[in-house]
Amino acid sequence: MPELNPAPRPITIAIMAMGGQGGGVLADWVVSLAEANGHLVQATSVPGVAQRTGATIYYLELFPEAEAQRSGQAPVLALMPSPGDVDIVLAAEFMEAGRALERGLVTPDRTTVIASSHRVYGITEKSAMGNGILDPEPVRQALHDKARQVIEFDMDAMAHQQGSVISAVLFGALAGSETLPFAREAFEEAIRKGGIGVEASLRAFAAGTEHASTTPSPDPRDDAQGKTESGLDLSHPTELHALEQRIDELLPADAADFARDGVRRLIDYQDTAYASEYLDLLSPLARKEQTVAAERHGIPISQELARHLALWMSYEDTIRVADLKIRRDRQERVREEVKAKPDQIVYTAEFMHPRVEEVCDTLPAPLGRWIMNTGWVRKPLAKLTQRGRRISPQRLRGFLLLFSVASLRRWRRGTLRYVEERRRIEAWLATVERALDIDANVALEVIKAQGLVKGYGDTHRRGLASFDTVMQGFERFGDQPDAAAKLKDLRDASQADEEGTALKRSVGEWMPQADSGAEKHRNRIDIQQLN
Amino acid sequence: MAERTFVSEVGKLHLGEGDTFQGEGILAVTKALLQSGVAYVGGYQGAPISHLMDVLHDAHPILEELGVHFENNASEAAAAAMLSASVNYPLRGAVAWKSTVGTNVASDALANLASGGVTGGTLIIVGEDYGDGSSIMQERTHAFAMKSQVWLLDPRPNLPSIVEAVEHGFELSEASNTPVMLELRIRACHVHGRFQTRDNRPPRFSIDEAIANPVRDTSRIVLPPASFAHEHEKVNARWPAAVEYIREHGLNEFFPGERSDIGLIMQGGLYNTVLRSLERLGLADTYGNSLIPLYVMNVTYPLVDDELEAFCADKRAVLMIEEGQPNYLEQAVASILRSADIQARLHGKDVLPKAGEYSGQVMLAGLLAFMGKAAPDLLAGADAPAAMASPTATPELPPRPPGFCTGCPERPIFTALKLVERELGQHHVSCDIGCHLFSILPPFNIGNTTMGYGLGASAASAFHGSQGRRAISVMGDGGFWHNGLTSGVANAVFNNEDSVLLIVDNFYSAATGGQDIPSSRAENPIRHTNIPIEQAVKGVGVKWLRVVDDTYDVQRMKDILSEALTTEETGPKVIIAQSECMLNLQRREKPKVRQALAEGKRTVRVRFGVDSDTCTGDHSCIRISGCPSLSIRDNPDPLREDPIAQVDNTCVGCGLCGEAAHAAVLCPSFYRARVISHPNRRDRLFERIRQGVISRLQAWREKRLAQLPPSTFTPLTGDQHA
Repeated sequence: MPELNPAPRPITIAIMAMGGQGGGVLADWVVSLAEANGHLVQATSVPGVAQRTGATIYYLELFPEAEAQRSGQAPVLALMPSPGDVDIVLAAEFMEAGRALERGLVTPDRTTVIASSHRVYGITEKSAMGNGILDPEPVRQALHDKARQVIEFDMDAMAHQQGSVISAVLFGALAGSETLPFAREAFEEAIRKGGIGVEASLRAFAAGTEHASTTPSPDPRDDAQGKTESGLDLSHPTELHALEQRIDELLPADAADFARDGVRRLIDYQDTAYASEYLDLLSPLARKEQTVAAERHGIPISQELARHLALWMSYEDTIRVADLKIRRDRQERVREEVKAKPDQIVYTAEFMHPRVEEVCDTLPAPLGRWIMNTGWVRKPLAKLTQRGRRISPQRLRGFLLLFSVASLRRWRRGTLRYVEERRRIEAWLATVERALDIDANVALEVIKAQGLVKGYGDTHRRGLASFDTVMQGFERFGDQPDAAAKLKDLRDASQADEEGTALKRSVGEWMPQADSGAEKHRNRIDIQQLN
Repeated sequence: MAERTFVSEVGKLHLGEGDTFQGEGILAVTKALLQSGVAYVGGYQGAPISHLMDVLHDAHPILEELGVHFENNASEAAAAAMLSASVNYPLRGAVAWKSTVGTNVASDALANLASGGVTGGTLIIVGEDYGDGSSIMQERTHAFAMKSQVWLLDPRPNLPSIVEAVEHGFELSEASNTPVMLELRIRACHVHGRFQTRDNRPPRFSIDEAIANPVRDTSRIVLPPASFAHEHEKVNARWPAAVEYIREHGLNEFFPGERSDIGLIMQGGLYNTVLRSLERLGLADTYGNSLIPLYVMNVTYPLVDDELEAFCADKRAVLMIEEGQPNYLEQAVASILRSADIQARLHGKDVLPKAGEYSGQVMLAGLLAFMGKAAPDLLAGADAPAAMASPTATPELPPRPPGFCTGCPERPIFTALKLVERELGQHHVSCDIGCHLFSILPPFNIGNTTMGYGLGASAASAFHGSQGRRAISVMGDGGFWHNGLTSGVANAVFNNEDSVLLIVDNFYSAATGGQDIPSSRAENPIRHTNIPIEQAVKGVGVKWLRVVDDTYDVQRMKDILSEALTTEETGPKVIIAQSECMLNLQRREKPKVRQALAEGKRTVRVRFGVDSDTCTGDHSCIRISGCPSLSIRDNPDPLREDPIAQVDNTCVGCGLCGEAAHAAVLCPSFYRARVISHPNRRDRLFERIRQGVISRLQAWREKRLAQLPPSTFTPLTGDQHA
């Protein structure tokens, strides 16, 4: 009968990675490191479709060979990580550390979590119509609560600084964490033996090691990535001083910041007179008794109005787009973004698709309207503008074309688009005013509805339609007690999906003629019943 | 060219007597085949045994040296049929495929093979794609073993046991004239470990010898009356012979333990998980010494009745640990114990889940439940491990479904289809197996069913009598050659189906790891490639055929799809959409570019970008693309709140972003940047002239607008690689 043989437990390591992050390379390094240093290693993974950008886990167990020899028996090592049985979790992305948490692999008695704090957004986060980014703070909190030790920093940025890949920094952080019984040189030897990109890997490894060993318990909070709020530059001419003074007289401090940004933006968009008009449109509402009262209760009416009015007044027309594409700082920004070195030449091709609608938008209003309403002119023109164009602002032809479109700025106020947008803006402001008379929260929703209007082409049209739906909602039930909540629901529903299914469903409640998107009868057993 | 190369690792196949092999399970299996004197090998790729096919391919010189024939079979059915070489001749043969899908495909040939039985040892290595990370329906290969009377090995998941199973597999097959399946779970295929090697053995009997002396034995052919004799032979002769071999050679293992009143019976493949759980409960040590006796079935079919009887005879209770459903083993053990009138109480799926993978946690819970019923005293002193503590809520995490790779040529096809559906309405889309199946996941959400490899077109056949919208079916080049050409295309022509069939030709069997298939564009030294799908399709009588040789041309793709869906033409409308798999393309091109850069040659790198000041953050570009390199970041505009799109540095410049922006009339934020390294004299001259004029105009414009402050937008700062 065999006696139970007391022996050290194997060291268990789970690597949480996404396909293409080099989790396999990291696992290979650990295998090589441990085998070269007197350990038996078992490593497994689940490649296959999971590797095509999906999340995947590599799992390793290390056992001292000397122990096995002493007992004359080979250890039985597990092929998958189990909750409560994992010593080290390496995560190549922050939310993937959360995935380890979800699987119960992080426990206070034994688990060291080494995670990169950077985010790689999931497809649902990216494709949301508004802001779909998940909050990492709850994961961070849970990690710090559940793990024995957490080592966390932006390893992706570090890898890029060192011209290497994240797996090398992770390997460095693993060495720096001193959770494995191997000297730093042994780690470096494993990288050398791997034989690919050795120098860069060693650099990234060293940086990772330093960081992990010098800051054992890093500040769990990320540096706030504050947006740059630009104040007005006082070196600018007197008209600006006048505008700024008006802002200070007109608005509370929070709202004034937005108004300053708005003014700056509209001067950049058109001219100081336009910016002044912005304040003209803003003032009556900002000064309104109800607004002042609402702001005392912390409802930021004038702040949101300042934001959304500025955004609407600086709507994206062809003139604006051309204007932004030919700027000198834009050229620099592109070079920086594509990581061009000084001796490299960069040409861009801009993907533009001005359709007949956009062309008419930029024409004098009567002419534009006439073309849009006259089939025999519009149709051939539409055919001509059916295909998109590639325009290069670094080549003379492209530059001059965009330059001339941008120069139309001085005639902007006569264009069809301007006239139409102005009409919409005024109608919206009138609605805001009526809403303020009813309830400040309802007014805030009417203001925020402007955020639905964004993008170009079809996206813009869809945004406008959603905006209109919210406005109709206001007209229909704006005076009811739960109007603000209902309007917010409408706004959320219109951002829920591109096809407008959720919006239709919400609208269905008060607009019975709309398709309510009722679930079709499904002849299936409810899975809930089975469990 | 396959995604992973084993060229450097196949050197390990040369290891000889007493050497130590260190490496992956798949490679160990190949080594074991060579040690067993195999005469021919084959199979069909698919996780988790894709790499086995890659290893065999890369090991071709070694195989040739030993006189081993290697075939890339057209399908699993073809691979199973190839084993017929062992029916009449003492040839050892082995094939591999992904199970259960591959076994489904192979089952016809497999049943015929099993009926007549084999002379030479035949081994079928099935990669059991079950549990975590699996991409297929969850079923058991076990049923096939039972229905066709094929023996099933399920060895303990360590390299020495796996290697032994291969060697015994051939012997067992020969001893019982029956094909043998070796079941390897996903992790076992990829497990890294070590074993002591032996010398490779050239086949004792070669295919040359066989073909020189043809043997005809009608008693081995599945035709009446022989087939009726086979049935009797299988149960009355071959089965007992197999049981005898298994018992005599101790293929199943007994591990004694102090607590002889209870016992655990398990499939060999689950041994490590069971042991770890026992160890965590304080009932075993790290070396596998257990307080509770264990009976490990390295052969799960057939069962050895007297071994089970002997194990259970003195026990009050035993637990049958058997993964998956139905519980064939538990039923069989129950029957054996009942017949032998053994009173040990049998537990199984009463304490373990009926379905699903037996992970560490599941096993632990099952063992605790069993102990609770059978031996509560064992748990008295032990603390329930931390794992059993009730789980707390996890914060919300982003789902990460697999998707098309960066720059994948299949993505623009579905971008185009999505745009077409905006105009023509939603269609029923019948999918196949392959990378293109990722279209069913976000952001495309296209696809209604998938019925099996090469069956995309066949699966839509019921709809072709409809007067409504045409059904669309999709098929990859892999599925096309696997069986889609006949069961899909030719059949659609034969039935005069009014359908649209989209064949996605990315030049490789991409989803399984980039192996070559007949239409591959690669020059493969041991295979004949470059057979055009177009010719095959024409050959079976398709009249309406369009070939798009650049899938990134979204507008063209869109136009052709619209045409196919609306044309008056009768019969199947076939579109072949061709562009090379980006993984393979990059693997080939990247080293060349690196070298050119090192040599100081002029090179042009293309990548895309998004202007932060014109992007309004509506993300419609992401919804029709989903490229991993197209991501989002905080909006630098202080007035806007929604994150804006950005292209990160992993962009390979495939061009979809721009084409999609055009075809869908998205927004003018996308730009394509051509970065010229080591520009030549002409480049520099042109650049100087252009910049001269442009910067003057820019300066003039800035002066004219001088009274205005600069843009609100702060230029991008810091590293925007993320």
